[in-house]
Amino acid sequence: MATNHHAAVIGVGQTNFDAKRLDVSQVGLIREAALRALKDADLEWKDIDAVVIGKAPDMFEGVMMPELFLAEALGCVGKPMLRVHTAGSVGGSTAIVAASLVQGGIHKRVLTVAYEKQSESNAMWALSIPIPFSQTVVAGAGGFFAPLIRGYIERSGAPEDTGIRVALKDRLNALKNPYAHLKIPDVTFEMIESSPMLWDPIRYLETCPSSDGACAMVIGSESVAKDSAKPPAWIHATNMKSEPTMFAGRDQVMPQAGLDCSRELYKKAGIQNPRAEIDCAEIYVPFSWFEAMWMENLHFAPINEGWKMTYEGATALDGDLPVNMSGGVLSTNAIGASGMVRFAEVAMQIRGQAGEHQVDGAKKVLGHAYGGGSQYFSMWILGDKPL
Amino acid sequence: MRKVAVVGYAQTPNVRTQLYQNEVEMLLSIIPELYETSGFNKDDIGFTCSGSTDYLSGQAFSFVMAVDALGAWPPINESHVEMDGAWAMYEAWVKIQTGEVDTAVAFSFGRSSMGDPAETMILQLDPYTLAPLGPDAPAVAALQARALIDSGKATERDFAEIAARSRRDAKNNPQAQLKGDLDVDALLAEPYMASPLRKHDLPPITDGACAMIIAAEDVIDKAAKPPVWITGLEHRFDSHQLGGRDLTISPSTQAAGEAAGVNKGKIDLAELHAPFSHQEIILKQALGLADDVTINASGGALAGNPLMCAGLARIGEAYRQIQDGKGNRAVAHATSGPCLQQNLVCVLEGQS
Repeated sequence: MATNHHAAVIGVGQTNFDAKRLDVSQVGLIREAALRALKDADLEWKDIDAVVIGKAPDMFEGVMMPELFLAEALGCVGKPMLRVHTAGSVGGSTAIVAASLVQGGIHKRVLTVAYEKQSESNAMWALSIPIPFSQTVVAGAGGFFAPLIRGYIERSGAPEDTGIRVALKDRLNALKNPYAHLKIPDVTFEMIESSPMLWDPIRYLETCPSSDGACAMVIGSESVAKDSAKPPAWIHATNMKSEPTMFAGRDQVMPQAGLDCSRELYKKAGIQNPRAEIDCAEIYVPFSWFEAMWMENLHFAPINEGWKMTYEGATALDGDLPVNMSGGVLSTNAIGASGMVRFAEVAMQIRGQAGEHQVDGAKKVLGHAYGGGSQYFSMWILGDKPL
Repeated sequence: MRKVAVVGYAQTPNVRTQLYQNEVEMLLSIIPELYETSGFNKDDIGFTCSGSTDYLSGQAFSFVMAVDALGAWPPINESHVEMDGAWAMYEAWVKIQTGEVDTAVAFSFGRSSMGDPAETMILQLDPYTLAPLGPDAPAVAALQARALIDSGKATERDFAEIAARSRRDAKNNPQAQLKGDLDVDALLAEPYMASPLRKHDLPPITDGACAMIIAAEDVIDKAAKPPVWITGLEHRFDSHQLGGRDLTISPSTQAAGEAAGVNKGKIDLAELHAPFSHQEIILKQALGLADDVTINASGGALAGNPLMCAGLARIGEAYRQIQDGKGNRAVAHATSGPCLQQNLVCVLEGQS
């Protein structure tokens, strides 16, 4: 179903990502991204009607509801400000909330920013707090997701080196992205294969780094987008879905929320055959194997055959469905920002801003983020024309 | 804009310590009532949004478990704000405005008893310039109360009278935590907790949860009770820096109130989220409320303050009072951040 008003991305900005951005405070970090997005949109602070901020758990920086002290630096005084938090999918959800404010006809220009400054704390242990009577996520996210990958390998019979191939592709793509955090110029298949096993079957070089960084976008209304100097990336459809963490019979390897979320998304965007109609996709792959799993979850490949897309090179930058052109979460992971970086990469591809990792003629692009125990999904599809 | 109404509301009793239910169980105790009394059921809901904070339960992703209370299977269209539930209701209202959904649930939960909220709230202050000074929540509020007295706008007796009235009115609210008849002179003889605030000026520590259903005009025929229309819904933000603003006024409340059209008609009753007694004076002035407006007939946050719920509960209480015929046009308000930093104003009307 179409929304009541059209909306488009008219500005994109991201910080340079690094393990420790010691040169900036949290305030400086978000301003860096926001100022770049404003400049890209050719707007000033006074032009912005509302601000939507997203980040993952507050314990990552040790500040409760940090947007309260941050938002003044985003010109927020006297304006509405919302703070979104939907686990790892938050960067995507935040962009969707910002889009909704325009699609609902409430505002004309909304600034949205998502960030994480993980060097101010330790994300792995912030995620490993033992709570009475609840299952812990066992030593960080990798400990939670590794068994799901094992389950996928057993079901699909995927070759054991599928994950290494994904990691190699994404790490090579990251070399083309000036903002990416982790860059390994001489990366090889053998280097990844021989890196230490962290959570079997996830090796060190098959996992995401811990980054400091922020990403921002300006979402504009139809009239604003038509007046904008640079080409707008029109929002064709957005969707979010959630399901409970655990219950008897839940398929954690191929979660229903992801299957439903993408199916509805395609329907809203008028897409019949996603593999043929989507030009490229930027998706949330924090551990290499998730590319293969999400290819199935996103209906790009039949069940148990997602790994073939990686193996056959379909997801490479020159494949028929390039995936994670930016180098993906495997190369850059400021957790709260990661979903928005995916969504912003979609806008950059549509607007022809992706430089060396640009996919020629990208006209319809999918952005995807997920979080929690593979249970929170947010997605959008942007196009070069209004739907 | 699509016309949207509140069609259902449920909340737990406000209690000091909920020992026997966790957050999910607290929600499970009210969600069935929400559906039964509203006329809408789970299958009607197009969008759900919750409000909570990880720092109350001391657990990253504490909201994730809350979807268990919703029976989120098949998977649901859902979002979460790290804010009071009033802003979750705002996001739900926005989603209805997009035209993608017609009906939405907003809910929130707060088990303040899991820690020491006054101490926890220190972590909400600017980590570089304010939090290292270590002022707890009453100390920060007391700066505002002191500024109010120094400016000649209020006295300690005014604060005590607000507390006494709130506790007296709470006697009519079966879900209130603190209620009773208090003598103002006796209150003023009590010692300070954080000068010039005494214990009665502070909110109690409260565990609670609440949930609301809102629906667009197109589906309002399903409503079991007369709908209460949301005719204004706005929120604004002020500086976080306590030294950077006049603490005796609330520009964000005033701006939100004007944008929401509070004074476009006569206001019969108000539910103001004033966790500290003196804040009611600031809010009343910012919203331009006349002296004949009934304020916080529920007892307000001074009679029960489940953190992250108390704002949404104000909207819920105003809805209930209109349902009960106590008035036809109400303003409800929610706040967040130190010294009324961020404020939301909702205008509710019975018959349109």
